[in-house]
Amino acid sequence: MSIIRVEQVTKTYRSGRTEVHALRGVDLTVERGEMLAIMGASGSGKSTLMNVLGCLDAPTSGDYLLDGVHVNGLTKNQLADLRNQKLGFVFQGFNLLARTSALENVELPLFYDRTGRHHDTRALAASALERVGLGDRLDHQPSELSGGQQQRVAIARALVSQPSVLLADEPTGNLDSRTSVEIMALFQELNDQGVTILVVTHETDIAACARRIVEVRDGRIIRDEPVRQRRCALEDLAALGQLAEAS
Amino acid sequence: MKRTTLVKIAAQSILKNKMRTLLTMLGIVIGVAAVIVMVAVGQGAQSRIEEQIGSLGTNLIVITPGTSQQGGVSQGAGTFNRLTVEDAEKLERESLLLSAVSPVIFSRAQVIGGVGNWRVMVNGVATDYFTIRDWTTEAGALFSEGDVRAMRKVVILGSTVAQNLFPGGDAVGQQVQLRNVPFTVVGVLAPKGQTATGADQDDVVIVPYTTARSRLSGWARIGQILASTYSPGDIPAAQEEIRTLMRESHRLGDADDDDFTIRNQNELAEAASSTTKVMSWLLAAIASISLLVGGIGIMNIMLVSVTERTREIGIRMAVGARGSDVLTQFLVESVVISVLGGLIGLALGFGGAALLGHLTGWSTATPPQALLIAVGFSAAVGIFFGFYPARQAAALDPIQALRYE
Repeated sequence: MSIIRVEQVTKTYRSGRTEVHALRGVDLTVERGEMLAIMGASGSGKSTLMNVLGCLDAPTSGDYLLDGVHVNGLTKNQLADLRNQKLGFVFQGFNLLARTSALENVELPLFYDRTGRHHDTRALAASALERVGLGDRLDHQPSELSGGQQQRVAIARALVSQPSVLLADEPTGNLDSRTSVEIMALFQELNDQGVTILVVTHETDIAACARRIVEVRDGRIIRDEPVRQRRCALEDLAALGQLAEAS
Repeated sequence: MKRTTLVKIAAQSILKNKMRTLLTMLGIVIGVAAVIVMVAVGQGAQSRIEEQIGSLGTNLIVITPGTSQQGGVSQGAGTFNRLTVEDAEKLERESLLLSAVSPVIFSRAQVIGGVGNWRVMVNGVATDYFTIRDWTTEAGALFSEGDVRAMRKVVILGSTVAQNLFPGGDAVGQQVQLRNVPFTVVGVLAPKGQTATGADQDDVVIVPYTTARSRLSGWARIGQILASTYSPGDIPAAQEEIRTLMRESHRLGDADDDDFTIRNQNELAEAASSTTKVMSWLLAAIASISLLVGGIGIMNIMLVSVTERTREIGIRMAVGARGSDVLTQFLVESVVISVLGGLIGLALGFGGAALLGHLTGWSTATPPQALLIAVGFSAAVGIFFGFYPARQAAALDPIQALRYE
């Protein structure tokens, strides 16, 4: 069964008298274990699509099925629970709580869990941080971490509740090119372990790390194709290291 | 979400902004402290007055002559101020509920003796008077029933009089003159201090009423009759009994109004304490205004805090916080701030009341309920003034909140 199925989803904003059609009938299916890049210029509707997929925004019409749950018509609270249980977010600006340790940041989604399925939230958070390579930074606050490390904390936070889908919105937008490659390598590693990942980006070389690229323009999907020559971020990283040694 | 987690999150956020939290708290601290000090002063004044009323005697009933006008109709000569020694004797003889009865004949006289003379109030009383007023001697003894029956010229000095005429403290056994009649001092009364209205209760001399009537005033009518009952519960029934006996004694018909007034100690106490009650309410009301201002301070800071932490709220919502979770978080924060402020204010208030009492000599009494009231009230302030900002936070749109810079 597909993990995401979107059929004829539209989203219309009303600002004053004019109507803005952000999405004009989007069809998209994502299978479990995929790594999908959503590309598009600003204003193309990719952010709106991301918000709809992330259950932060309800579509105006159309059907959205997330991991077997019909998202249409859910209340705000049900959407919040859905985000908590089935989705993990990674943002461009990291969005960590300031003056709060990495461990507590990662623990945050578990605080809001209502199913009672998590018991030792600290241990879960610690193992999520270990998974992203920050096992030795548990008590560091965001201000004591580099940008790449902060994004790793954010990824750990997205992973901690074992979501069905990890949504990353321009995850490398605030990072230098080397750290970007590191983060993409981490995403690829997680994907290889079976995590379904959606990355929104406007950079082709970032999108090239995915297995499939979807391009959005004017609220419609204009391209949906698998990546023919998939970039391996880990290899690029090794090449960068050799380059640095040589110089 | 667990309750402990909520409190933990609130505590974290409070500790992250120590200075701001402290300043916000200050409003509640001052408010609660002010309320406590004011209530303490008010309660102190009230209990002092109650104490003074208590010093008048135990289970006291006072019978005084009626007014000259009853229902707008003049009662005519001889129908008012008709308290007589016979009334007192009838009450003593026939009453079942009264434990003690004494007439009091008031007059003023110059006491001459010792080192000089002293203008003083002379009270002619029966021996029961000392029981009713719970009054004992400091030196010498009280006069006896025999002294009263034999109209002996014996006098008991109030401590103020004794100090002025016999500074050496050797009053007992000495002779003093009242209206040119020599009296023997048999005792000196223990001091009772001032009344609620500031009159010196010890500036008095006491003689047997029989002697007062025959030797001093020749005035058979008396100022008041004092009586007391065995227990406070008997007072209402005793008042009824006195009324019946007095009406009999004065031969009043069914249509006639009472030509006397009966009051008990509680009525006296109520009259005196009603003023201080109003005062203490007023003080507490003024103090509560500062609590209100403190509450508005909390609301202000919480609103700022919600704006400042819009992004944090967005993050929390994105990872699955419900609106109610965010609402509760901010509400808990404002309640923790205000209750903490309330507790500090409570401590300061108790300390302040004690210090004020020490510095001014006013008696202050902090009622133990103040603890509950202060904590409950400050929690209520926190909830009331924290609710609006918390609702603002809960109503935020996660997308907008995440984009907020």
